Amino acid sequence: MVMQQLIRPEAPSPQADRVRPKIRIENVSYWYGTKISLRNVSLDIPANAITTFFGPASGGKTTLLRLINRLNDLVDGTRMTGRIWLDDQDIYAPDTHVPTLRRRVGMVFALPLPLPGSIRDNVVYGPRLAGVRDATQLDEILYRSLNQAALWDEVKDRLDDPASALSGGQQQRLCIARSLALEPEVLLLDEPTSGLDPISTGKVEESLFALKQNYTIVIVPHSIQQAARVSDYAAFFLMGELIEFQPATKMFTAPLDRRAEDYITGRFG
Amino acid sequence: MRQRMITQRVGFAILALAALVVVGPIMLIVGTIVVRGMNAISWEFLTAMPRDGMKAGGILPAIVGTIILTLGTALAAIPVGVGGAIYLAEYARDTFLTRAIRLAMINLAGIPSVVYGLFGLGLFVLFLHFGTSILAGSLTLAIMTLPIIISTSEEALRAVPTEFRTVSASLGGTRWQGIRHVVLPQAFPGIITGIILGLLRAAGETAPILFTVSAFFLPRLPQSPFDQTMALPYHLYVISTQVPGMPLDIQYGVALVLLVLILSMNLAATVIRSYFRRKRQW
Repeated sequence: MVMQQLIRPEAPSPQADRVRPKIRIENVSYWYGTKISLRNVSLDIPANAITTFFGPASGGKTTLLRLINRLNDLVDGTRMTGRIWLDDQDIYAPDTHVPTLRRRVGMVFALPLPLPGSIRDNVVYGPRLAGVRDATQLDEILYRSLNQAALWDEVKDRLDDPASALSGGQQQRLCIARSLALEPEVLLLDEPTSGLDPISTGKVEESLFALKQNYTIVIVPHSIQQAARVSDYAAFFLMGELIEFQPATKMFTAPLDRRAEDYITGRFG
Repeated sequence: MRQRMITQRVGFAILALAALVVVGPIMLIVGTIVVRGMNAISWEFLTAMPRDGMKAGGILPAIVGTIILTLGTALAAIPVGVGGAIYLAEYARDTFLTRAIRLAMINLAGIPSVVYGLFGLGLFVLFLHFGTSILAGSLTLAIMTLPIIISTSEEALRAVPTEFRTVSASLGGTRWQGIRHVVLPQAFPGIITGIILGLLRAAGETAPILFTVSAFFLPRLPQSPFDQTMALPYHLYVISTQVPGMPLDIQYGVALVLLVLILSMNLAATVIRSYFRRKRQW
């Protein structure tokens, strides 16, 4: 159950640069039962850039990510205060149509999980549910999404094969393609390369670089190295608190907070 | 070392014996019924009405009756059972109400079938004025079947990993769309198995139809849901205990037909299940 704080808080978010924010997170706290997971987090996520949430385990990164497209609605016994804005829309407002929100904010999970069915079925699953019936239009979506996820060349001759026959790296790119098929504005990725070998990881990261022209991307990276490689902006989380939010160049060369520095230089983790 | 080998041998022998104890009676029962029942089986036996106080002729009304009752049970029990299972597995939270439903189901499953028969007599035959009819019998059997269908279907739904629902939701699917397009297809083999197991039990039961639908002797086929009908299990009971001088061949013949009917349903369940298992990809 979600409880909302009705007064819009005044507190300014830790600013990165003066870029138009795509997502504004305002004073968000979050509880699983009585266990607090996020403590008063405020953060502006810039459009058309890659922002990473990094830090040690159980810092609240994944929870925050899942709050941005309301996936945590599916979890019982939770409570939230604060607000999250997508452009000018308060996504936790009572009149929010959640399926529509999730079409605007796509999500890729740590473990690639193809839905039962073919490669084609997987990619067009979202658009079909959204009501796209026209076969040529679905084919265009299929081509565009697989291309954007750098998978088209590898699967173009076997689009109707079962998706589960793909390798792990291909499956993860398929999951990215599946999210892109809905032409979301934001793409959330939760440790998208944690199960992949370095070559597949490279391919996924490359496709992300290409995508950020058109999408706002938020990643929970699976390592500090990946955070440094892909970020434009980086947010360091510790025990549910946002410790520091900086452009990546500053964050990974001269972090302001001692704890962030210790984590980045590997003194704890 | 040698000592241990011997212990192991003895252990295996005991386990094998335990397995044989299970298989033995089944082989004996099926074997006897097949061997002795074969004599009675003929085209006439399967397609004609009974004659001479059921001592000659065929058992067509009983065969048709059992098939109709099973179909009627399916018609009533499947939508309610699968719907209930979807509610319990996918929508219901853990509340007083759902706990009460589960408790009721466990208890329903443990009630002796004769009690269902009396309940059906009270509710459907007398109170609702359905009379002794296929409708009353099917509904009674359906109530008896429901706990089996609901609990196996719910289990099958719960066996589908949560992540599939999350993925569907993340792609803009509503909860129902996720169930409809992702969860149900994967739970399908389990649900089908549950349905057929439930219907098998219904098809073979005597007590619930005793007071609600069965005719002792009715040499014509039922014309409407409000007709009585003969049914194989009850017919078998009747000719084995209530009619003096009944030829043994006919008794075994009826048992064989009932057995074949039920085993073939069982076989169908296995085939369907393994077909969908092979199609499933995780």
